[in-house]
Amino acid sequence: MIYTDKVMDHFQNPRNVGVIEDADGVGKVGNPVCGDMMTFYIKVRDGRLADIKFQTFGCGAAIAVSSIVSEMAMGKSLEEAMKITNKIVAQELGGLPKNKLHCSNLGADALHAAIENYRGMQAAARKAEEKREKHLEAEEECACPYCEGPLEGVENSFGKCRVDLVECPKCGQITKKGEACLHCGAEAAG
Amino acid sequence: MNKVYLDRMAATPVHPDVLAAMHPLFSEAFGNPQSLHRAGQEAAAAVEEAREKVAALICARSEEIVFTSCGSESNSFAVKGLALANQSRGKHIVISAVEHLSVLNSARSLEKSGFRVTEVGVDGRGRLDPADVERALAADTVLVSVMTANNEVGTIEPVAEIGRICRSRNVLFHTDAVAAAGNIPLDVNALGVDALSMAADQFYGPKGSAALFLKKGTRIHPLIGGGIQEAGRRGGTENVPGIVGMGKAAEIAAAEMAARAEKARFLRDYLVRSLPARIDHVVLTGHPDARLPHHASFCVEFVEGEAMLLSLDFHGISASSGSACTSRALKVSHVLLAMGLDHALAQGSLVFGLIDGTRREDIDHLLAVFPPVVDKLRKMSPLYTEYLKEKGR
Repeated sequence: MIYTDKVMDHFQNPRNVGVIEDADGVGKVGNPVCGDMMTFYIKVRDGRLADIKFQTFGCGAAIAVSSIVSEMAMGKSLEEAMKITNKIVAQELGGLPKNKLHCSNLGADALHAAIENYRGMQAAARKAEEKREKHLEAEEECACPYCEGPLEGVENSFGKCRVDLVECPKCGQITKKGEACLHCGAEAAG
Repeated sequence: MNKVYLDRMAATPVHPDVLAAMHPLFSEAFGNPQSLHRAGQEAAAAVEEAREKVAALICARSEEIVFTSCGSESNSFAVKGLALANQSRGKHIVISAVEHLSVLNSARSLEKSGFRVTEVGVDGRGRLDPADVERALAADTVLVSVMTANNEVGTIEPVAEIGRICRSRNVLFHTDAVAAAGNIPLDVNALGVDALSMAADQFYGPKGSAALFLKKGTRIHPLIGGGIQEAGRRGGTENVPGIVGMGKAAEIAAAEMAARAEKARFLRDYLVRSLPARIDHVVLTGHPDARLPHHASFCVEFVEGEAMLLSLDFHGISASSGSACTSRALKVSHVLLAMGLDHALAQGSLVFGLIDGTRREDIDHLLAVFPPVVDKLRKMSPLYTEYLKEKGR
């Protein structure tokens, strides 16, 4: 047999095979030309890998690598999981044939891609959250700049003081209709 | 465990009579055929007797047989040796796109010596159109090399028709008959070939023993120089036990070929019918009719070949594959790509070759254990998940 007992064990009884439908991160690597394709799905809780599932199209080494990577990374913090290298994966499997070492690269790469995907989505979510908060703050400021009362009328066009208000076309703040903008000094609008 | 050997294209078991015939050449008649003394002449006589038997298998004359060490040597010898010895006729070589690597790489290596190589494509079943070969011929074509039968997909090529074209154009014609010789009837005269490669391990002879038929009067440049052996065409002390084994194997093959083929074809057809009936998305590769009688090859969609081989091995079944992962070079079979299969499908390649001892129970064992293997691997496969999603849409 070209593989160690440990490789064969992971190939025959792969751990954590499957798909996580509501995954926090998904990493895909490989293509059919090189012969191996891996998809890793992760769930993250408190900065740790709470669940990992994978699907692999490929040889015995590719399947064993995916399996052991999922086992090694389970429960680890994202930082720790990012430190899993192909070298450690191959060692953990008791070695791989030389021409199969690239499979161990793929396993670590797929896991890292899932983590990067999670981090990317987190960053995007944070950005969206910030934007939403900013918008909320802006809405809280939607008071008449003259009497500071809440805006009334059709589409918040005036406050208690009944000064006709418009949104400045330049800075978007509320200002008096027909006069230079209170906030940015732009030419009168409306 | 039930052991089922279905990797016949890699090796066949040595026939007990072949082994018995070889035995005395190791310790009793161990002389060097080039020696003048009795011990040497005994060995020389054994070699010549074997040469006659090998020649008879392909309707050749014994002096037209050169013994070599393997099919790859025969192929390299033919392609390089014929091209180099006859380059005054021209420096253009035509081969098919599905040749064995020993032909393909030998032809490519000649490009460094100023030869041009044209590869002729095949159809989706791996079969060459003789008209395409004719179109590929140029004024300076010196050699055409097209295999008799393909080892990966079993397809039998229209060699006799190509032979006729080559003869009419006065071009040398070599055929790699390693997978075919000893398994289907071959007559070098009917095929119209100038050279033909064959190997003993494809018809129950020993490994390390092969031959090149070289039509009388054909000039060839030796690969191994320096010796007077094999009429100066191949140097090196003769592998006497191997040659005698090949002779015996050829003798048995000539007598039993039809019966062996009939038995193999019956079980092979049963496998070809039954496997796609038990597993979805399995396609036969190669030609359905014009194929070696013992040969069955498939592509299983959404799974990779090596993973299937390992799983089958776990159930005692030996087979092979043309997937990238199973090749040391990590390249998917050039034969399957030449037939127009896409990479993903070609990765699911499987090759079964039935041997003489294959029984119906063996095929039934394969048919029983294989579907769950494919099922398990497909559940693991992102390609299958994708397919199911697409289908569900």
